[in-house]
Amino acid sequence: MNFDLEKFKVHGEPLIYGAMISIALASIGIVVGLTVFRKWGWLWREWLTTVDHKRIGVMYILAALLMLFRGGIDALMMRLQTAAPDMKFLDAQHYNEVFTTHGLIMILFMAMPFIIGLMNVVVPLQIGARDVAFPRLNAVSFWLFFFGAMLLNISFVIGGSPDAGWSAYFPLASLEFSPTVGNNYYSLALQISGIGTLITGVNFIVTILKMRAPGMKLMRMPMFTWSVLITNVIIVFAFPVLTVALALMMFDRLFGSQFFTMANGGMDMLWANLFWVWGHPEVYIVILPAFGIYSEIIATFSKKNLYGYTSMVASMLIISLLSFVVWAHHFYTMGQGVMVNSFFSISTMAIAVPTGVKIFNWLFTLRKGRISFTTPMLYSLAFIPIFTIGGVTGVMLAMASADYQYHNTMFLVAHFHYVLIPGAVFAVIAGFHYWFPKVFGFRLNERLGKHAFWWIIISFNVAFFPLFILGLMGMTRRMYTYSAETGFGPLNMISFAGALGLAIGFAILVYNIYWSTRYMPRDKTGDPWDARTLEWATHSPIPEYNFAVVPNVKSLDAFWAMKYDKQPLFEDQITKIHMPSNTGKPFVLGVVFFFLGFFLVFSMWIPAIVAGIGVLIVLAAMSFDRDHGFYIPADKVIKTEKKLGGGTL
Amino acid sequence: MKVDTSKPLEYGTHENSNRIFGFWVFLGAEIALFATLFTVFFVLANRFADGPSGSELFEIGPVLIETFLLLTSSFTIGLAVHAMRHQYKRAMLVFFGITLLMGLGFLGIEITEFVTYVHEGATLQTSAFLSSLFVLLGTHGAHVTFGFLWGAAIMIQLMRRGINPATANKSFIFSLYWHFLDVVWIFIFSFVYLKGLM
Repeated sequence: MNFDLEKFKVHGEPLIYGAMISIALASIGIVVGLTVFRKWGWLWREWLTTVDHKRIGVMYILAALLMLFRGGIDALMMRLQTAAPDMKFLDAQHYNEVFTTHGLIMILFMAMPFIIGLMNVVVPLQIGARDVAFPRLNAVSFWLFFFGAMLLNISFVIGGSPDAGWSAYFPLASLEFSPTVGNNYYSLALQISGIGTLITGVNFIVTILKMRAPGMKLMRMPMFTWSVLITNVIIVFAFPVLTVALALMMFDRLFGSQFFTMANGGMDMLWANLFWVWGHPEVYIVILPAFGIYSEIIATFSKKNLYGYTSMVASMLIISLLSFVVWAHHFYTMGQGVMVNSFFSISTMAIAVPTGVKIFNWLFTLRKGRISFTTPMLYSLAFIPIFTIGGVTGVMLAMASADYQYHNTMFLVAHFHYVLIPGAVFAVIAGFHYWFPKVFGFRLNERLGKHAFWWIIISFNVAFFPLFILGLMGMTRRMYTYSAETGFGPLNMISFAGALGLAIGFAILVYNIYWSTRYMPRDKTGDPWDARTLEWATHSPIPEYNFAVVPNVKSLDAFWAMKYDKQPLFEDQITKIHMPSNTGKPFVLGVVFFFLGFFLVFSMWIPAIVAGIGVLIVLAAMSFDRDHGFYIPADKVIKTEKKLGGGTL
Repeated sequence: MKVDTSKPLEYGTHENSNRIFGFWVFLGAEIALFATLFTVFFVLANRFADGPSGSELFEIGPVLIETFLLLTSSFTIGLAVHAMRHQYKRAMLVFFGITLLMGLGFLGIEITEFVTYVHEGATLQTSAFLSSLFVLLGTHGAHVTFGFLWGAAIMIQLMRRGINPATANKSFIFSLYWHFLDVVWIFIFSFVYLKGLM
């Protein structure tokens, strides 16, 4: 084995040295902090080994917030670099790396884990379950996602980041044109976290279909749970395609196979097709749960049941089917012929129909509602018009002939930010504010929340609306600099100002978490919003067993029916509760996978084989594990319930 | 753990039936995985570059033996599950062992085939056709390899702990996996080898 230290080094950039130092300092700080406050045992017992779906959800959300700032700094660097003509802040290579990791991190390591985090916290509660179907696998999912994300993040300082765009088109992403290890990181980091996501998909399909409380028929499920079910079905069918695509990419780059090469029979368009057969459904994997979140919030704060429940479910099913037959709209201009373009053009535009149904249903839910303008509600209300702009420009792009004009311009960049930021980011922030009191037992401060909201909403439009115009003016995307004669300067400067405003908004949001943790009064009711669905029927913070008594569901919005129609929800006696025990193996599995990925990135075969055997050993250890969990005795449950002031007794 | 005796042992507890259902969902993902690999193979099947084509490379003899071994092993794992339902631990272990040995035989022939191909100058790097062939067959072979290790782990647990709800559940899920590999092989046999030989 030839060991070459040169391969690990990333040269030249003061920014990269800065990042190295800050990563080193932060790591040392964490290690010293944990040691000084004697928190290693606590960290291990309470968090790293946990199989509790609430804690796993919280860890997902924490990781997603961290990645939001990593991806956000990438965004700021890009907007700064293009803020004025002939900027010298980043060079072309560095700019390529920054827009690639920005896209990857925001979609795969921010939006998706944030949604999976909320899903983990909320779904078992909404269906009246004590846990997910496979708690230990749930921990495996999280740690694979987490270490996949870490693998991608270290690429910035060890060996170099991927630089061929988040879609990594061949031949650009091939060894010939991207000779650094960046795209090796791409294939392996995404592969590892993708396996975790697939496991989540299986886990939640079984959870939702098999673990619902008695009486909760499919058509009595809260809308968020419905959206999660459909999303997970998409995950199970779309992610294997990514698995294959990434594996073929790895073979091409590491073993010299000829899948996507330009010679020896390879076909670069095969990558584009495989990538988008996964990549387009992926867009709906992050958007559909967002629709579910908005449905919950809009119904709760309008004090009405959701308008058109059945059509909401039907439209999500139609969107999920259509999401699989539109992928070629990502490459209208790559010479696929009139018939193909026409088919994909029509199927793409058709998505606007069920989406429109949903928009109208939300508007009708608001109609004659007693609306309270809380922070989560504000995000939901702002979502409707902003997302509509994104949708309308999406239909413009969907027309294949017109797309020859817009393709690869900033217009496209503006469009997908107008869809994904209100569609996914506002939604997870709204959901974060909405479910925060359930998890932690106190609300976030409303005044600070609204400050952050206005900063974010206004700055978002300042940052991204100019890009529509820039696109129509002919500014292509992924262009790292331009001359003054183009006239792109002023609008880019406005956009940069908007990006700074967004940064301030997110900083206020984080400050709000800190402030509220210290000063907000604790909520004893468990139901601070006067909400409708089952997750509010238990205490906040949630006891480890979720519900002392499994609820009996007799209608949609069962908790609302209990409160106002006097429909009994908890009719059974408290008995002993079975719980899964904690285990460190999923964490170890994540670590071993991390090393496997790292060694493969650098083609260090012998360590990679050792790590691969390590993976098999951990899997075998999990198989031989005979721990069937434990019981919380009934009297202990009763004691806990009394302490929490339980309404279930 | 409450065991419902009206159901087969492998379905006996709530967790057990969830695991079996979850594994069916996972097999749905596996179908998507192999469907993608087959699609890649079909797209690249005629792109030989300067390398050999299927009809120059394939020999029907070893492939028929592979098919015989895998199809029979699918039958014997069925017999193992049947023995399990009757609590015949010995018979179950024997059939389980035969299944895994046949899987090992299959792997042996496949590896020999691969080595032969490489010696004839047909490597992963030669052409897009060969890349997709090796990766499709290799993925199936890797599944068989993993299945062998997994099955061996289950056999050890059966020997040590006997037939109980946990081991019965694992064995049954393993049998589903093994049947699935058989189904995939039928597609490989028909659409890779037979079609390639034509």
